[in-house]
Amino acid sequence: MEAVLAVTLGVMVTCGVYLILRARVFPVVVGLTLISYAVNLFIFSMGRLATGAPAVIGKSASHVDPLPQALVLTAIVIGFAMTAFVVVLALRGLGELKTDHVDGQEPRE
Amino acid sequence: MALALIIALPFAGIFIPLLLERFGRSACAFGAGLAPLGALVLLLSQREAVFAGEVTVARYGWLPDLGLDLALRLDGLGFLFALLILGIGLLVILYARYYLSKKDPMGRFFGFFLLFMGSMLGVVLSENLLLMLMFWELTSLSSFLLIGYWNHRADARRGARMALTITGGGGLALLAGILLIGHIVGSFELSTVIASGDQIRAHALYPPALILVLLGVFTKSAQFPFHFWLPQAMAAPTPVSAFLHSATMVKAGVFLLARLYPALADSEWWFYLVSLTGLATLLIGAVMALFQHDLKGLLAYSTISHLGLITLLFGLDSQQAAVAAVFHIINHATFKASLFMAAGIIDHETGTRDMRRINGMWKYMPHTATLAMVASLAMAGVPLLNGFLSKEMFFAETLEQHLLGSFYWTIPVLATVAGAFSVAYSVRFIHDVFFNGEPIDLPKYPPHEPARYMKIPVEVLVLLCLVVGMLPGYTVASLLATAVSATLNGDVPEYSLSIWHGFNLPLLMSFVALAGGVGIYSMRKWLFLWYQGLPNVDSVLVFEQAMRMLADAARRISLLLDNGSLQRYLLLMLVSVLVLVVYALTPLAPLAGPVALTPLDTATLGGMALLAVASLLTVIYHRRRLVSLMMLSVVGLLVSLTFARYSAPDLALTQLSVEVVSIILLILALFFMPERTPVESSSLRVFRDFLVAGGCGVMVALLTFAVLSRPYDSIASFFLENSVSGGGGTNVVNVILVDFRGFDTLGEISVLAIAAIGIYGLLHGLRLPHPTHDYGGRRWSGDSHPMILYVLARALLPMALLVSVFIFLRGHNLPGGGFIAGLITAVALILQYVALGVSWAQARQPLSYHAVCGAGLLIAACTGLGSLLFDHPFLTSAFGHFEIPLIGDIELATAMLFDLGVYLVVVGATLLMLSNIGHVSQEASCKEVL
Repeated sequence: MEAVLAVTLGVMVTCGVYLILRARVFPVVVGLTLISYAVNLFIFSMGRLATGAPAVIGKSASHVDPLPQALVLTAIVIGFAMTAFVVVLALRGLGELKTDHVDGQEPRE
Repeated sequence: MALALIIALPFAGIFIPLLLERFGRSACAFGAGLAPLGALVLLLSQREAVFAGEVTVARYGWLPDLGLDLALRLDGLGFLFALLILGIGLLVILYARYYLSKKDPMGRFFGFFLLFMGSMLGVVLSENLLLMLMFWELTSLSSFLLIGYWNHRADARRGARMALTITGGGGLALLAGILLIGHIVGSFELSTVIASGDQIRAHALYPPALILVLLGVFTKSAQFPFHFWLPQAMAAPTPVSAFLHSATMVKAGVFLLARLYPALADSEWWFYLVSLTGLATLLIGAVMALFQHDLKGLLAYSTISHLGLITLLFGLDSQQAAVAAVFHIINHATFKASLFMAAGIIDHETGTRDMRRINGMWKYMPHTATLAMVASLAMAGVPLLNGFLSKEMFFAETLEQHLLGSFYWTIPVLATVAGAFSVAYSVRFIHDVFFNGEPIDLPKYPPHEPARYMKIPVEVLVLLCLVVGMLPGYTVASLLATAVSATLNGDVPEYSLSIWHGFNLPLLMSFVALAGGVGIYSMRKWLFLWYQGLPNVDSVLVFEQAMRMLADAARRISLLLDNGSLQRYLLLMLVSVLVLVVYALTPLAPLAGPVALTPLDTATLGGMALLAVASLLTVIYHRRRLVSLMMLSVVGLLVSLTFARYSAPDLALTQLSVEVVSIILLILALFFMPERTPVESSSLRVFRDFLVAGGCGVMVALLTFAVLSRPYDSIASFFLENSVSGGGGTNVVNVILVDFRGFDTLGEISVLAIAAIGIYGLLHGLRLPHPTHDYGGRRWSGDSHPMILYVLARALLPMALLVSVFIFLRGHNLPGGGFIAGLITAVALILQYVALGVSWAQARQPLSYHAVCGAGLLIAACTGLGSLLFDHPFLTSAFGHFEIPLIGDIELATAMLFDLGVYLVVVGATLLMLSNIGHVSQEASCKEVL
């Protein structure tokens, strides 16, 4: 299963990186979101993949490593805050510069 | 204390002339003189200890970890230089009072002057080499200000810039050299460094250290090939030249040669580098000086030549030569300062410095002429003047060296040639300026003697030339002896200061030089013709061209990296990351580790495949933004399912609720943005980006697989064991968040609150046009809020809030907690905005979201601070079990209070972010959501 997860993460990162290299803000934001999904999954998987072993004492015989989970939990929320910030920054840029190009100006022909 | 005051006084005195400027020029100059006078008195009060050979070291701690202390040192050499700096400095202040015109801002001049004087004193009185270097750089900076004093003149600005570039660059080399020496010796204290000469010379790093130090010395002392900045610096006011370019700034270089003489000298490297540079400089300076038509240009090249002489003497690497070098430093400072001042007087009274026009001044200013002639005879090395004594010693020393083998005679012969040229330019200075017919077309005519007090400094210095020249034993002997003893670290060789040594070879060389000089001068017409025939190499143009090329290259390189394109930056960053990761992963020979992999199961495999496909679809449809967003939400949901599948219920819940708010956010943003992305990347670019992206993806996949198939060691057991006993909760993830790593969480909710306020600020006052048509030209529906959603949303709100309370309360023991509960509440509230409109929801909003956010942070922080009251560290939690009627046993922990803070921040921040985007397009009547 680990190999499958690794390949999936690879695909997600590839898609995310390709999108953040685009010239318009919206695909870049979508790409960043994709990458943050992949990174969260990556950090989470560093605690290894376990089935039916949540880190709740007394609910199962063995427990998965809770530390990466705690890290990822806050990372998800902060990631959302950052996405929101970038999106709003883009909106502000659209309002001020009248373009959604990442460089703040339409490319010269 | 006295030592520190000597340096501090000039710095402190900078303000006096600035304050006294309004009371007239004399008051200003008087004020400027106060601080150096005080410092001079302090210095002289130390003379007994210095002449007894004592070394006074004063030390004040500063940055001991870096080896940098405010350590000062007063010994013979430092005393001599400090005396020159303060003595000549005071004379120059008097002179400058009369030199500067009414238009020049005098307070600023003296301010810069005292700044320079203080830095120079710092250089010569530092015990710590790093401290000395700091003052060294300060002299470069303050001399930049002084040379560029007439900043309305282009040549002054150019000269100042050039001097700063060359000496500043040399300062950097010196820094490197000193760091190397400090590395070799293990200390930056001068006493230690001087005593470790053998250790330094034996070290493998000795040649680079020596070369770097010498680069600093040669640039500062205008040695060939760095000499060209000095003539350009003549654009400075003459008092500045008299001070900087005779007695102080350029002497800082040779001072350092003397200072580090015991540590660095006595090796072949030293001999060849120092003596050959000195010899070249001596010759070039002497020859070039003869061909200058500018009075100060002649003096500048003569200074270069004399500095070369001193350098050559140090390079000869014998103790007597060092004596001669120190002696010549004193003599050169006196006669050259007086000559610069005389040149300034002539410039001041005639309005020009061109020697082809200034002739026959003897008739107009006999007094000044006499003084200048005595000083230039001292420069030429005529007997009974101080220049003769040190030059005689110099000739004697050139005969003593034998390091060049059978070519040993070249040095004395070339020295005599240089001596002859120096006689020739001295004669030219006398004959051309004071005799040689009548002045031609002077801007100020007729010239006359200057103000009485302007001549006093010149008189004092010329008197010194005479007295030292005739009675060396009674005047300079003890000062020289103590300075030499400090230079040579206690070893003083036999030397004689008498005027008459009998008929010997050095005397013959002196006479040859004198006769030859007069001969060269008499042939000047042919020589000038020959010189005009030479190709004209303008060092200024060469220098400026080099600087321009450097600047252009820098601009090209930075344009390559920094062209204002985000795509370029990202690409460069990603490629560098890729290179680093590939480099780090290359040694990983077998990719798969020893740990057995978990078996495949169909459901998960399908989920993963769906995840990958959804990601790909996000990219494939990225031009149709709404479709792309829908695919992205599929990815988010599958990620949340993956968390659930692999035993992370908290993460799954968080991801699910975050997913909802993110997609709402993106849809809201998309409403204002173009709905489609235009096609603008070339195929080549798409291919390149795909390669980079693919590379990143492959690396992540390899890394993930490599880690997951390897054994695992973690600190998880600590958290699992202590969660119940220490944190009072069975949901370890939540206990980590609110207890073990509560401080991190506090930081994270702060970031969340800051982001929310930042978003609020960004949206403040932003108005975007309300789109009326979609991409296909269809009108947006004008229906306000659909009925079914309206009814459902209102009915759902209390239930959703109940769920969030439930999730919150159970969070400590079962999956849930403040983050998830906060997000659920936020989603429920956002639904009201979506279904019923911003104004409707806003009218019913009980609390300001800013306040909710702030209150949350406050509660979390106060919970943490509360533990301090019980003498526990910040954020220690306490818990206990309570028996409550009807409900039964319940556990309450302070961590829950902290979690409440988290909850409030999440609710406040999320709503602050989302609810405000809604009003961007609306009428001005719709207020911002607070």
